[in-house]
Amino acid sequence: MVIISVIVAEDLVKTFGEFVAVDGISFMVEEGEVFGFLGPNGAGKTTAMKMIQCVSPKTSGKLEVFGMDVNTHQSEIKRFLGIVPQETNLDPDFSVYENMMVYSRYFDIGRTDARKVTDELLDFVQLDEKKNVNIEQLSGGMKRRLILARALINSPRLLILDEPTVGLDPQARHLIWDKLRSLRDKNVTIVLTTHYLDEAAQLCNKLVIMDHGRILEEGSPQEIVKNNIGTDIVEVENGPEVKVCLDDMTADYEIIGDIVQVYTDDPQQVTSHLLRECMLGKITARTATLEDVFLKLTGRKLRE
Amino acid sequence: MVNYLQIPVLSRRVMKVWLRNWDVFLKTYKVNFLPPFLEPLLYLFALGFGLGTFIADIQGVSYARFIAPALIAISIMNSSFFECTFSSYVRMYYQKTYDAIISTPLNIDEVIAGELLWGATRSLINTIIMLPVIAAFGLIELPVSLLIIPFSFLGGLLFASVAMCFTAISPNITALNYPAFLFVTPMFLFSGTFFPLSVLPQQVQYFALTVLPLTHVVMFVRSLTLGTPTVHLLFNLAWIVVVTTLFFVLSVNLMKKRLIN
Ligand SMILES: Nc1ncnc2c1ncn2[C@@H]1O[C@H](COP(=O)(O)OP(=O)(O)OP(=O)(O)O)[C@@H](O)[C@H]1O
Ligand SMILES: [Mg+2]
Repeated sequence: MVIISVIVAEDLVKTFGEFVAVDGISFMVEEGEVFGFLGPNGAGKTTAMKMIQCVSPKTSGKLEVFGMDVNTHQSEIKRFLGIVPQETNLDPDFSVYENMMVYSRYFDIGRTDARKVTDELLDFVQLDEKKNVNIEQLSGGMKRRLILARALINSPRLLILDEPTVGLDPQARHLIWDKLRSLRDKNVTIVLTTHYLDEAAQLCNKLVIMDHGRILEEGSPQEIVKNNIGTDIVEVENGPEVKVCLDDMTADYEIIGDIVQVYTDDPQQVTSHLLRECMLGKITARTATLEDVFLKLTGRKLRE
Repeated sequence: MVNYLQIPVLSRRVMKVWLRNWDVFLKTYKVNFLPPFLEPLLYLFALGFGLGTFIADIQGVSYARFIAPALIAISIMNSSFFECTFSSYVRMYYQKTYDAIISTPLNIDEVIAGELLWGATRSLINTIIMLPVIAAFGLIELPVSLLIIPFSFLGGLLFASVAMCFTAISPNITALNYPAFLFVTPMFLFSGTFFPLSVLPQQVQYFALTVLPLTHVVMFVRSLTLGTPTVHLLFNLAWIVVVTTLFFVLSVNLMKKRLIN
């Protein structure tokens, strides 16, 4: 049996007029993976998701989902997809229950099956009590949960989630994480974007960091942290002598306002050097996180 | 370069979009049934029986009998035109309904086609409600006027398709007032509705016949309600079929250009 990657993108480009939103990205998503797209606002994450979903045509490059070309097999591909869009698009003309039922019809799911699955899914996202409530009467978080339930109505083989947990309370977020893990265990492939880097670190076994339409870094969360920063970060208060001292020991560091961050695999050695040789106080050491890499790679400036 | 006359790619899934709108319609049927029932009554009393008492017969028929088919034709126009402008715009822009549907196996062509068929259905429904009301006043010939019922679907599709083109190019929902005032209102007045086309200057008559779709719909419906169908019917029908096909295809492509980028 040939193993087909769920998504294969090669040199994928998307332009809007003159503007290049996705600038030649290549990646592969294998079955059962949880694949994350990280990046600042405007990096091109949603644009990439929309091309995978076959709702926005690619400008150039190759993009295959389940071995099928997104240009020629849209309907066949979309049959296997579950989509949680960044922008809520529930149908306000219908109640919670009706939203699920009407959506199931688009996938040719029979009424009896649809009722059963809807009950299960609403129960799962804990919206069964809101079954007959109109969409406008739901809170923001409830809407996000309903969108997740809706995305699962066709038992998708590939679930695409564009910022699934935005605006959710911690309980709901954990609920969704648990569900995503259980889906992953059932070999459902998951592609998600998020701005919560702890979420990405927890869920994803592979991720890419994008900026300005390009992929800057790719790997497992641990690999990415290790390759870009090392295991730890030592933070020292900034002062004229700090820079000299760090240059002395050829450390990899960055000055961020009145804090200096030293990237290292050996925090003990850095700390003792700073304490003994340079007589510096106020030193803290901590484990490096994905957030540190993110800021290091994409800069600290706010995006317009 | 977009090809505006590219043939839409459609399948039976079009009906799922139609069904979505039908479901919403049924949820609110009480509000939906009243206007098509009351509107002809208002016009008939004000124009047919009020103003009409000052008007001698037109082309050998009473004024009320003359305008009865126009009221039906206007209702065919209004039902689908307003459904596929303001209502479709709300679904497209504010409710993101189309975005949600194209994330499923349906494509944008099917979504728009479903909307157009739904618009035509609104015309059909309103005609079915309205026809008995007008018939009750003895203003139309039966049973030949029953042919208006299937015809109203075609007429509805004509106005739905034209309307959807405006929806596709409107920068915002208020801009839809332009076609409503500059296209629908002139048609309402100058398509042989409340007075015969023949009283207008020759050039205006040609204008009405070539670019005002309502003219053909009024002529078609009137020849049925008066029980005087002639070969002219075929000319009207041909005009309607050709223009409907053209605008149907055009509206799908304009919408695609707007929504898929
Ligand atoms: N339809 C469009 N027309 C023109 N430009 C667009 C369009 N959609 C997106 N862009 C531009 O493409 C770039 C990438 O947008 P995209 O939505 O993919 O970003 P993102 O990574 O999802 O950001 P965020 O984290 O804010 O959701 C942005 O500069 C945006 O302005
Ligand atoms: Mg986005």
